[in-house]
Amino acid sequence: MSAPRQGAAPGACRRTCRRIGLIVIAAFWPLMLAAAVPGDLDRLLALLAQRQHGEAAFEQDQFLSVLTRPAHSSGLLTYDAPDRLEQHTLEPREQSAVLDHGVLTLQLGTHRRQLALRDYPQLAPLLESVRATLAGDRPALEKWFALDFQGDLDHWQLLLRPRDPSLAASVTQVRLRGERAAILEVDVQQPDGDHSLMRITPRE
Amino acid sequence: MKRSRWLVLAIWLPGMALAALIVARARYSSDLSAFLPRSPSASQRLLVGQLQNGLATRLILIGIEGGDAQLRAQVSSRLAARLASDSALLGVSNGEAASAQRDQQFVFEHRYVLSDTVTPERFSVAGLREAIGAMLDLASSPAGLLAKSMLSRDPTGETLQIMEQLEPGGTAHSEQGVWSSPDGQRALLLAETRASGSDTDGQEQALALIRSDFAAALTSSTPSPGRATAPLRLVLSGPAVFAVSARSTIQREAMRLSLLSTGLIVALLLVVYRSATTVLLGLLPVLSGALAGVAAVAIGAGVVHGITLGFGITLIGESVDYSIYLFIQSRRGVQGGTPLAAPARLWRTIGLGMMTSVCGFASLLPSSFPGLQQLGLYSIAGLMVAAAVTRLVLPQLLPARLQIRDLAPLGAAAARLLAPVHVPALVLAMLGALCALLLYQHRATLWNRDLAALSPVPAAAQALDAKLRSELGAPDVSNLIVVSAPDQESVLQRSQRVAQQLDGLVAAGVIAGYESPTQFLPSRLTQAARRASLPDAPTLRTRLAAASSGLPLRAGAFDDFVNQVSAARTAPDLTRADLEHTSMGLALDALLWQHSGQWYALLPLRAKDTEGPAGDIDIARVRAALEANPPGSVLALNLKQETDALYGGYLREAARLALAGFAAIVLLLSAVLRSVARVARVIAPLALSVLVVSAALVLTGTELTILHLIGLLLIVAVGSNYALFFDRRAADHDRAGLPLTLASLLIANACTVIGFGVLASSPVPLLSALGSTVAPGAALALCFAALLTPRAVLAAPRSGTVG
Repeated sequence: MSAPRQGAAPGACRRTCRRIGLIVIAAFWPLMLAAAVPGDLDRLLALLAQRQHGEAAFEQDQFLSVLTRPAHSSGLLTYDAPDRLEQHTLEPREQSAVLDHGVLTLQLGTHRRQLALRDYPQLAPLLESVRATLAGDRPALEKWFALDFQGDLDHWQLLLRPRDPSLAASVTQVRLRGERAAILEVDVQQPDGDHSLMRITPRE
Repeated sequence: MKRSRWLVLAIWLPGMALAALIVARARYSSDLSAFLPRSPSASQRLLVGQLQNGLATRLILIGIEGGDAQLRAQVSSRLAARLASDSALLGVSNGEAASAQRDQQFVFEHRYVLSDTVTPERFSVAGLREAIGAMLDLASSPAGLLAKSMLSRDPTGETLQIMEQLEPGGTAHSEQGVWSSPDGQRALLLAETRASGSDTDGQEQALALIRSDFAAALTSSTPSPGRATAPLRLVLSGPAVFAVSARSTIQREAMRLSLLSTGLIVALLLVVYRSATTVLLGLLPVLSGALAGVAAVAIGAGVVHGITLGFGITLIGESVDYSIYLFIQSRRGVQGGTPLAAPARLWRTIGLGMMTSVCGFASLLPSSFPGLQQLGLYSIAGLMVAAAVTRLVLPQLLPARLQIRDLAPLGAAAARLLAPVHVPALVLAMLGALCALLLYQHRATLWNRDLAALSPVPAAAQALDAKLRSELGAPDVSNLIVVSAPDQESVLQRSQRVAQQLDGLVAAGVIAGYESPTQFLPSRLTQAARRASLPDAPTLRTRLAAASSGLPLRAGAFDDFVNQVSAARTAPDLTRADLEHTSMGLALDALLWQHSGQWYALLPLRAKDTEGPAGDIDIARVRAALEANPPGSVLALNLKQETDALYGGYLREAARLALAGFAAIVLLLSAVLRSVARVARVIAPLALSVLVVSAALVLTGTELTILHLIGLLLIVAVGSNYALFFDRRAADHDRAGLPLTLASLLIANACTVIGFGVLASSPVPLLSALGSTVAPGAALALCFAALLTPRAVLAAPRSGTVG
C-alpha cells in the first residue's frame, strides 16, 4: 500500500534523471560503454522482488573500538516479503530480532524489547537498506541512499551511500555483495572506523 | 382612572429601568458550560470537569490537505517551526525527526530519574554485569548501531527502557518525515494552547495565530514545479476549535434569530393591525417580558448564557399572544363605546393560559442543564411580566380610538371553513392510538443514547475530530483510572503506587498496559529514590571494573557513563518546565491537571489485543486490584458505561420533569375548571399533537433527545392557551365573539409558529430540536383543539361581523 506512494516522488526523479542521462550519454557515449549497464540494478532488484521467502545462515563479526576483540555471532536469517526480517542469533547467546512493519522486536533471554523505528532515526536506514534490497524496493533504497551497482547479475556488488548528512554521521557506506538473487555479504562501515561484516549462506 | 394610570406607570417604568440596568450590568457567557450538566456522582463530576476544564481541552488537531505529500510535509515543518517559537502555544508536534530527536534528547538527559529500572540492585556489580552483557548482545543484533552508542554512555540501557514504556498503543503514520493520515492525503500536527479550555478568548487568539502562521508557511513554501495540485488547506479541530466556533455561532444565532423572528412577527402584525402604533404597543409586553426575563436570570443564576437569549426567542412568540388577544378580542368593547374594557373572561382565560405555561416552564427549573434552567427562569419571569403589562399597563397607554382592522371576517371565514369539517372524535382517538403504537414499536431506537447529541458542535465537526484523532494514533481511551490528591506531589506519589498495582494486572494478563503521568514526571520522592540508587564515581568505577572483568571491553570504555551518573546524582528535580516543547509535555498535560484546588492524574488502560471491540477490560478486576488505596482517591472508570449512565440519568430526569410539568398543568386546570370533561377537552388536543409530533419525528428518522422532550412539554404549555379559548367558548355557550376569538387564535398561533419555526432553522442542534418540535406541535394543537370543539359552537355565528 505504501510502496506506490513512496514511489511517486522518486519516479519523477527517475524521469528527470533519465532526461539528464540522455544528454550525458550523447556527450560521453564512448566512456559510458565501460560502466555497468544501468538496467542491471533494476534486473537484480526485480529478481530479488520475486522472492517471497528466504532462509539463510549468517556469521557476523563486529569490529568496535570499545571492544578489545571483534564480537562474533552466528545464527539464522529469515525473510518474508515484503517487510518481515528475522535475525535469530544462536551463538554466543540465543536472541532474536524481528523487524516487522517498522517495529523491531528484540528477544534477549526472557526479556523482550520493542523499538519503533520512527523513534530511532539512526537505526532505521540501516535496517531498511537490507530489507529494501531483499524486497527489491528501489524507491525505498533511494529514499536514504545513493546507489552504486557494480559487476553483473551473476557477481554483483551494491554500494549504498547515505544521502542525508545526519545519516552519514553514523554510517559511511553499506556494501552488499551477492550472486543473482542471493545476498552473500553485508558490510557496514562507520565514520569512526568501526565496521561489521555479515557473511550469509543461503539455505535452499 | 387617571390616578391609577399614573400609579401603574410609576411602578412599571422604574421597574423596567431597573431591569434594563440589571441586564446592562449582567455577566454574559457564551462558552459551552450551558450544555455541560451538573452531575450527580463524583466520577461523573470529574468527567464533566475534565470536559470543561481538563487540559485535554488545550489540544488542537491540525490537518493540512491538498497539494502533494512533499509540499504538505514542507508546510507542516515550516508551520511547526513557527508555532514552536510562539508563546501562545505550549508545544507543537508534527512527527518530524527533529521533534523525535528533541524527545530522545529529553529522555537521554533525564534517564536516571525517568527509568523505573533505576534501583540500587541495578548498579550493583551483579546488576551492572547483567546489563553490560545484555548490551553486548544487543550490539550483535540488528540494533547494534544503537548498542554501540549506548555502551559507553548508557550501558544499563535506561533510555531504551523509557522509550519502551512510553511507546503508546497507536502510532501516527508518517509520510515524507512528518505525521500523515494513513491514506497519505493529509499531514497532521498536534498543538497545545497555553490558554485553558475555559479561556475561550485565549484559545481564539491561538487559533488565529495558527491560521496566520499557516498562511505565512504557505507563502514561503515552494510547490514542486510542473505539477498542478489542489491548493493547500488547513483543517483544525479539537475542543478549542469547538468552543470558539460554538461561541461565535451562539452569539450570531442569538442575534440572527431574534432579529428574524421579531421582523417576521412585526411584519405579520403590521398586516393585521395596519397601525404602527398598535404594533409598537403590542410589542411593549414582549419587550418588558424579555427585559424582566434576562434580569431574573442575571439575578437568579449570576451569569446569563448566550444560549438562553437564543432560547428566549420562544418567549417573543408566546408573549406577543397576550396583546393580540387583548387587541383583537376587545374590539367588541371598542365598538360598543366602552374602550378597552376587555371582558373579565378574557383575562381569566389569558391568566389561566399563562399559568399553564408557567407550570410547564417551572418543570425546567430543577434541570441539570444550566441552559434549560435559565430557559425556565427566563420564560416564567418573562411570561408573568408580559401578561401583567398586557393586563395593567397596556390599557393605560392605548389611545382612545384603537386603530385595529376588523378581523371578524377572517375569523368568520375560518369558522365557515371549520364548521363542515367533522372529524369524529373516534377517528382522532384512533390517530392518537396509531401514533402511540408507532412510538411503542420504535421504543428501542426512540431515544438518542449519545451524549454528543446534546453538543452544540455540529455532527460533521465531531466526525472530523474523531477522524483526525484516530489518524494521529490517539489511543482509544475507554478505560481509565483517575487518581486525585490535594497537591501535585501527592497525586504523583499516589499514581506511582497505582502504577505498581497495575503492573500486577499487566503480569496477570488483565490489561495489556497503561500510561501514567509519572512516566514523564515522576514524583519528587521517586526521583530522589532513583538518584539515591546511583553510586558515586569511585564506587561505580570499582563496580564496573568488577562487572566487566573477562569482557572484551577497552579500558576507559565507561568514562562517559561514570561522569553522567555523577552529574545525575546531584541534578535538580525534573519539573514540568523541563518537558516544554517535547511531545511528552503534551502527553503529560493531558494526564495531569489541577481543578478547583484538587490535582488529578489520569492513567488510561490498554486492553489486550482482541478480535472484539476495543476496551474489553474486566473493570471489576481492576477495581479489586486497586482496593487498597484510600477510598475515593482512586477511581477506575469505563467511559462508555459512565457516559451511558450519565446520559441515561439526564434522560430519566428530563422525562420525570416533563411528566411533573404535565401533571402540574392537569392539576392547575382541574382546580380552575372543576370539570373532568372540560379538563379532558383541554388536554385531549394537546396530548394528540404531542403524539403526532413525536410519531412524525420518529418517522423522519430523528432520534429524540432531551431537547425534543422539553419541546413536547412546551407544546402542552403553549397549546393549552388555544384549547382554553375553545373550551371557554364551549363552556359559556358564547357564540357572539367566536370570529374574533378564532382570528386572535390564528394570529397568535402564527406568531408562535414563526418564533419556533425560526428556531428550527438554527444550525445549533439544541435550538433546532426545540423549534422543530414546538412549531408544528403548536399549529397541530390549534387544529386539534378546533376539531375537538363541538361543531355547534363553531357553526352558529352566521351574523359573522359582530358589531
